[in-house]
Amino acid sequence: MTAIRCSQLNKTFTQGDQIICGLDDVSIDIEEGSFVCLSGPSGSGKTTLLNAMGGLDKPDSGEIQVGDKRVDLLGKSDLADMRLHSIGFVFQAYNLIPVLTARENIEFVMQIQGVPTAQRRDKAIAMLEEVGLADHEDRLPSQLSGGQQQRVAVARAIVSGPTLVLADEPTANLDSTSATQLIELFVALNRERGITFVIATHDTRVMAYCPRLIRMEDGKIISDEERTGKSGELQPQPS
Amino acid sequence: MADYQPAAGILFTLAWRNLWRNHRRTLIMLIAIVIGVWAMILFSSLMAGMVDEMVRGGLRTLPGEVQIHHPDYRDDPSIANSIDAPQGALLERLNNPPVTGWAARIKVPAMISSERANRGIQLLGVDPAQEVSLGFDPTNIVEGRFLEGPDDKGLVIGRKLAERLETRLGKRVVIMSQDPDNNVADRGIRVVGIYQARLQATEELNVYGGLETLQKMLNVDNQVSEIAITGDDFRQVASWWPQIQQATGPELETVPWMELDGYLESMMKMQTSFNVIITVVIFLTLSFGLVNTLVMAVFERVREIGLMMALGMRPGWIMYQVLLESIILLGLGLLLGNLLAVATILPLEDGIDISALAKGLEMAGMGSTLYPSLRLSDMVLSTVVVLVLGLLASLLPAWRASRYNPIQALART
Repeated sequence: MTAIRCSQLNKTFTQGDQIICGLDDVSIDIEEGSFVCLSGPSGSGKTTLLNAMGGLDKPDSGEIQVGDKRVDLLGKSDLADMRLHSIGFVFQAYNLIPVLTARENIEFVMQIQGVPTAQRRDKAIAMLEEVGLADHEDRLPSQLSGGQQQRVAVARAIVSGPTLVLADEPTANLDSTSATQLIELFVALNRERGITFVIATHDTRVMAYCPRLIRMEDGKIISDEERTGKSGELQPQPS
Repeated sequence: MADYQPAAGILFTLAWRNLWRNHRRTLIMLIAIVIGVWAMILFSSLMAGMVDEMVRGGLRTLPGEVQIHHPDYRDDPSIANSIDAPQGALLERLNNPPVTGWAARIKVPAMISSERANRGIQLLGVDPAQEVSLGFDPTNIVEGRFLEGPDDKGLVIGRKLAERLETRLGKRVVIMSQDPDNNVADRGIRVVGIYQARLQATEELNVYGGLETLQKMLNVDNQVSEIAITGDDFRQVASWWPQIQQATGPELETVPWMELDGYLESMMKMQTSFNVIITVVIFLTLSFGLVNTLVMAVFERVREIGLMMALGMRPGWIMYQVLLESIILLGLGLLLGNLLAVATILPLEDGIDISALAKGLEMAGMGSTLYPSLRLSDMVLSTVVVLVLGLLASLLPAWRASRYNPIQALART
């Protein structure tokens, strides 16, 4: 089954007098349960593609299908509902709501979904245990390290059972150990839960774990490399 | 609205905690709202007290909240236009609630002369017991005594009139008026009491004699000039005076105080308008601060708002959350402002001495003490104005927050 299908996506941005090409005729299919890295230098279009997949940004032309939904045709509220129920997001930084504790951040999405209090609390605590932060439930983001914050963000992204997680430079602000722990958490979730991961990164440590590596440059896909083995079965490649 | 219910809890939590992220700014705004609300209610209470006092003063002069007369009496208040004292159905009506007091009295223009001066006066022939039920305060007698009954042969005059006539307690004065046949009716009567009133004009104008004594002097039997009636609250007269009118019948004129003195009624209406205007002006000033607080709060959280949108929060919920912050701030301000108003105004309801201004205020029919009147309606008015204007002022920052593009918001540094 195809989790994401992008056909002939085009997107341009205006910066001053310049027109910058964000996506240039990008077509891509991503299967359910796959673990995909979008890589490339800054400005290559990987984040633009990720945002388009997540309904955070609209392409100028082309079609995007996530599951059975045509993302490019949805209105603001429907896009918000799709992100709420079907997609988990992990961003580079500023991932957590600063006034909510770790547990409350994880509960946040479920609370908007209308999950009953007891149920969402149990789920949030279970997720914290799963990401190794069982003792940190009442800590505010400012009391957590960068790696811990990203783990909480991952817990929030998957707690409501999305089929797709989109992560944008999730390891950019992490030290080596935290980055490895985070990517191994992604791999475990991909293997154990069958969640589709699409990760935009230029971190070679992350790329080393990916069975499918899509390289982008100037808004185009320049290579789409399938590697044998599942996520986690691949050995990290030296950077 | 059902869509908002699942998110209401988290929206409230976010709104509350966000409010206290910059606690200094929030506290300053909160204090401004509290003082603003307090000022609105205080002003309304002072205005209400002032107007109440003016109306009550006017009613004491009238006196009575409803009056029954001969149809021609108001044009020509002579004894010729007198009516029968209450009896039958009317008497029955007057002796039952909501009427709390009534008095049938002679009230005619007259001249009073001492050996040194004479003045035009309003001669009141009264039954003292009835007048007390109508609000006359016998303790206002500063010398001598008040009348002891309708057949009392003495006369009670005001302190200022005594000064003008250069007379005093125990002296005999002459009062002169006309009987129903337009013959001169006069009598020498001894001054048995001198009263003081809140207004000097009242002291100069009203002279009290026994009802029966003056009926005899004016050659009328059981006739009176007017029947004055009072109830619990002069503001409620409109609800019950038609019952009196019905019991009186069409041949006599029954008039509520609003009609007797249009000035008093217009004062009350003016007070209500003033309250609304001042309340709106005070809060419009405050609303600039409120808008600034919310705009700053939103501006500082652009990335956070982008994150929440990216996670699936609808634009409407973002707007709702910012409005909720405003509602919480306004609600707290209203609660504390109202409490402060109750705590400071209630102790003042016993009266504020404004005797230094009394002479000027007397022109407006006020006495030397101002009685602030804390009213639920004024508190409700300020609450409604603050909430409505506050929410209107919050709409712009809330709407702006909901319009953010999540990608641009997340990219904001």
